[in-house]
Amino acid sequence: MRRKHLITIAASLVVSALSFTTAMADVLETIKERGTLIVGVKADYKPYGFLDPSGAVIGIEPDLARDVADKLGVDVEYVPVVSSNRMQFLEQGKIDLMIATMTDRPDRREVVLIPDPNYYSSGTNILALKSLGLTEWEDLRGKPVCGIQGAFYNKATSQNFGAEIVAFKGTAEAYSALKAGNCAAFVYDDSAIVAKTNDPEWADYEMPLQTIDDAPWGLAVALGEENFAQMMSDMIVDWHKTGRILELETKWGVENTPFAKAMHEEYK
Amino acid sequence: MDLIFDWFRVLYQETGINLPFLYDEYDRNRMVDGFLTTIRLSLVCLFFSVIIGVIGAWLQGSGFKWTRRIVNGYIQLFRNTPPLVQLYFFYFAIGTLLPRVENDWGGQSPILGSFAWAAISLSFFAGAFNVEIFRSGIEAVPRSTVEAAEALGFSKLQIYRDITLPLAFRVVLPALNNNLVNLVKTTTLAYAIAVPEMLYEANQIWSDNVNVTEMMIFLLLAYFVLVGVLVGAMNRWERAMKIPGYG
Repeated sequence: MRRKHLITIAASLVVSALSFTTAMADVLETIKERGTLIVGVKADYKPYGFLDPSGAVIGIEPDLARDVADKLGVDVEYVPVVSSNRMQFLEQGKIDLMIATMTDRPDRREVVLIPDPNYYSSGTNILALKSLGLTEWEDLRGKPVCGIQGAFYNKATSQNFGAEIVAFKGTAEAYSALKAGNCAAFVYDDSAIVAKTNDPEWADYEMPLQTIDDAPWGLAVALGEENFAQMMSDMIVDWHKTGRILELETKWGVENTPFAKAMHEEYK
Repeated sequence: MDLIFDWFRVLYQETGINLPFLYDEYDRNRMVDGFLTTIRLSLVCLFFSVIIGVIGAWLQGSGFKWTRRIVNGYIQLFRNTPPLVQLYFFYFAIGTLLPRVENDWGGQSPILGSFAWAAISLSFFAGAFNVEIFRSGIEAVPRSTVEAAEALGFSKLQIYRDITLPLAFRVVLPALNNNLVNLVKTTTLAYAIAVPEMLYEANQIWSDNVNVTEMMIFLLLAYFVLVGVLVGAMNRWERAMKIPGYG
């Protein structure tokens, strides 16, 4: 509790200009009054959240967000977020709900409210030139490896395997730096890399390593929004029960993942 | 030393004020690296931007029309575009067009890395302003002083080096101070092209530890102190160079 006070005081001192909504009122009321559900999703993470040629955000997670809005009977508005700001957006009340490929970790649960069960899961792998012939994580030692600012496996990759992480703001910059040869590999979620290796433009690249850190993803609401979290828990169970996740994977061209299949079996 | 570091771990457990760059060795090392990179980048850019300013201002007074035009073109280009756009342009556009070299892990990488591009881009950016700042100083040197030097048989280069520039320097120091302070602050932009400077490392740490508030406060203070040291040094220099009765 002390920590929360400290954060509130310090933040209002430093960023008093920003509106800092504490989670006092029930956000469900606010959403219904407003008539729109504001959801933070990725816009650079094909096929989970990306931009179509017209600039609209589409993908698996925007589809899930639309399900939530339909259930509430309101419109949906997407706010593109990146890994390094997604939890702050939620804390500041800029978004009501975050479905942004976030790995569920205990220290994140202290900052945002992650309803159970998890809706998805993925692990960490790398995208690298076939010609480099990388076979194990240890091969990355001493080499520059591109990453995304704010991804949790940056630290592990450099601490455990001795890679020099070169982290960029978004995936477009990281892919571009990889192509230009600024790094030997790009460490990222295996789910996104698989989609990339199917792309003819990346035919010379492969995902050579054993996937590590297979970890569940959590969607999140602001701390204290117990009602909303309860509703989201029911939604997630429903998604697993009806096979909605499997259906969306197929719709967006991803092979059904073992996690999604297992959850469907469990809740069926 | 370890005792002090451990105290910050206790501070975190007791109060929730999380400063991992003090108690965690890994985070501490990268914060120190970030701090040193910021200083290194700042010094390199300070040096080259002043050199660019001095040479540019001299070329601006050149008798050749095209030399003046090229210098003016450079100033317009770098003064009228945002430094972040320049960084991206150098790193992602120019960087990929240059020839590649074999690197020690068996791949092909561009000749210049992110630090080199940040140093080049920021030096040119601040240099453009410095040219104009030095020009204002040179124009403030009385015409009669230059004429006196000419009458004594000084060459054009000698007049610039021994008469105009030393006097101009004293006039422009306050304006130069401003621009160099801005330059040190602008080095934070280099984090967009993954130069591991202070903001970049702080970003990594707050992403791993979710202690955004603490890191923001620390960053603000760190830059305040860093720029404070620079301003203090420049003010001392200004006083030391003062000529009684001039300026």
